[in-house]
Amino acid sequence: MNLKYFILLAVVVVIFISMAFTYVENAESSGIKKNKNSFIAYSQEISGSDITIKMNPVKGGEFLMGSNDHNDDEKPQHRVLVDDFWMSSFEITWDQYELFLERQIDTFGLKDLDSEVAIDIDAISSASTPYVDMSQGMGKKGYPVVNITQHAALTFCKWLSAKTGKFYRLPTEAEWEYAARAGSNSSYYFGDNPAELNLYAWYKDNSEGKYQKAGTKQPNKFGLYDMHGNVSEWTMDQYAPDTYANRLGKTSNNPFVRPTKLYPRTVRGGSWMDPAVALRSSAREGSSAEWKRIDPQIPKSRWWFTNAPNVGFRIIRPKKIPPIEEIEAYWLTAIDDY
Amino acid sequence: MKNEKHALSRRNFCKNTAIAAGGILTVPLDVAASAHVLGDDSIKIALVGCGGRGTGAAAQALSTKENVKLVAMADAFQDRLDSCYDILSTKFVDTDKIVLKEEDKHQGFDGYKAAIDKADVVILTTPPGFRPLHFEYAVRKNKHVFMEKPVATDAQGIRSVLETAKIAKTKKLNVVVGLQRHYQKNYLACLEEVRADKIGQIISGQVYWNSAGVWVKERQENQTEMEYQMRNWYYFNWLCGDHIVEQHIHNIDVANWFIGEFPVHAQGMGGREVRKGKEYGQIFDHHFVEFTYPSGAVISSQCRHQKGCLDNVSESLMGTKGKIYLDSQNKGIITGYNGSKIYEHQGANDPNPYQTEHDVLFASIKNGGVISDAEHAAKTTMTAILGRMATYSGQLITFEDALNKGRSLMPDEYSWDAMPPVTPDADGFYPIPVPGVTKVLEEKKIN
Repeated sequence: MNLKYFILLAVVVVIFISMAFTYVENAESSGIKKNKNSFIAYSQEISGSDITIKMNPVKGGEFLMGSNDHNDDEKPQHRVLVDDFWMSSFEITWDQYELFLERQIDTFGLKDLDSEVAIDIDAISSASTPYVDMSQGMGKKGYPVVNITQHAALTFCKWLSAKTGKFYRLPTEAEWEYAARAGSNSSYYFGDNPAELNLYAWYKDNSEGKYQKAGTKQPNKFGLYDMHGNVSEWTMDQYAPDTYANRLGKTSNNPFVRPTKLYPRTVRGGSWMDPAVALRSSAREGSSAEWKRIDPQIPKSRWWFTNAPNVGFRIIRPKKIPPIEEIEAYWLTAIDDY
Repeated sequence: MKNEKHALSRRNFCKNTAIAAGGILTVPLDVAASAHVLGDDSIKIALVGCGGRGTGAAAQALSTKENVKLVAMADAFQDRLDSCYDILSTKFVDTDKIVLKEEDKHQGFDGYKAAIDKADVVILTTPPGFRPLHFEYAVRKNKHVFMEKPVATDAQGIRSVLETAKIAKTKKLNVVVGLQRHYQKNYLACLEEVRADKIGQIISGQVYWNSAGVWVKERQENQTEMEYQMRNWYYFNWLCGDHIVEQHIHNIDVANWFIGEFPVHAQGMGGREVRKGKEYGQIFDHHFVEFTYPSGAVISSQCRHQKGCLDNVSESLMGTKGKIYLDSQNKGIITGYNGSKIYEHQGANDPNPYQTEHDVLFASIKNGGVISDAEHAAKTTMTAILGRMATYSGQLITFEDALNKGRSLMPDEYSWDAMPPVTPDADGFYPIPVPGVTKVLEEKKIN
């Protein structure tokens, strides 16, 4: 081997090693433990904090949305196609939400971010600090956040996206129901018998009047906990009793009813306050101005409800990243609440 | 270090107030009754203090069943007047309830007079330091009043409000104070149970307002010291009274109200453990006070403005036979010491107490009733001030001394160029009370 070849080989080796190191660094700084392009479960790290958010892959596909056997707003059952996404295994907890509420770690780790989306974190508005205990004494660390508006939940997603470089948002109603069903066509993901609900969900009959720690019941086949019960979960969509009216006889491709009015917007899954029937995969509920009934301010808070200790959220991350204009449109425009 | 301002210069003010009050008593009593009927049967409202709470209170007043109209507004700041007007105009866009013109927006420290003059009912929602002054003027001019808690920030203010409260009663004026738990169903229902002897005599309790704290307004260039303090008022005692007075008053009040007494003395501790920046002015970030009542009951009071800690805004009271848990989110639970549930309030659909207090006020005005919340509210505010005096001084302070010898906090002059009663040092920090050193009482009785 002559000197020229030896130098070339040495250079190649050095480049290879440095690439390998660069890769490892990127993999760590992006907060994704495994190969970042594969569609598998991961824990989203949040720089400046040791709190993580566990994300589970939900392989998209076609399913039957709604139900012909229950409330009118679930009819008719119809075919829907949703794309691949990750969904948080658990409902977002108080300790996770308070990272956004307190805004103490915004600048950590931004420089080294391996971004899918670039969002200016300084331009994201902050939630107001509540005057009273919004957890109503039901617990915080490990417990689901409640009393938050859809605007607050979406702004958390925007903040998390800016913080991590990954596009996070709320699920659409279709994505939510697809994830809840996890391949089932029954009332609940485990079948039709409410008597079995105690294994899978916190609801009126077993919650003892409060929400419970996230993930303490059995998950569904996608590895998602508390899709039934514990807290009702925000979706992206405006609620209307006739949302499904024109969907029969075709396959709706990733349907999303973009909100134009503040109320009602859709929450899903039922909660610790609800009877078994409200926890069904296809059961729908619209938000209401009544949820801010004892808010003394005018306009009322954009961020907090006063009477929704049963309403929280979980997040998703679409596998296919939409163009930035489309991402921007998902944050929705805040509407003042008079 | 002296935190609470010397009171000598305020004595004249008090004397003058007393003389003026004496004069008012000669006004014929039917002035009040006829005041609200001018031309038509509408009740005219003036809003004094156009911040978030004032805007909300005005909206609630305008949402009552009676024929009410907003005719005037006053605020120290023009931008507050304008934003409040815009919000109310938006909310009541399809009504004829907002009838005021540009000249009915009164800006500045003295704007309250012109606004109050135009109305039958006044809503007083400025920072609480101004409340005694505004309340006195409103009652002198025979107006019905809704005023927010607390009703003063120092003992001198309390003495003034107590005096004015008497006059308001004599004139048969309605005075509702925004201690809205008095208009909230779970509290009223549980109070009935207590009066029916379900828990026996109350002998102790724990009341809390532990939360993350409130907003901060940053200092802007070109602001005078007075303007800065008026904007960032929460952190200055002459305006706010500290959060034990401004916020925790609600919980202390529940103890006073349910026990049916005011404390004889208090002792406690407090300080600034976390919130130490100059933007937080002079107030503490935590207080713990023991209030002892004439009947012997002892109430522990905690209030905290610290992020990341256990939040708790509630009241628990222990009787000889059972205990009560109460909170502003409509809970009310009475249990026996054997664990049995004696009573549980079902409050999920209870009305908004902030609305109810206005419904009750305007119905009373319409029907010729008299509501007199001011005396109780003044004594409850005094209780919270007593708590502050105890934590600032580190001494046991009696209610009587606090009321009669408590130092004045208020400035001598209200103008943008006047010096507020507390000023920053060269580095921008304000003097902080030091337990064991700070004096909160005058040597002699003031009046």
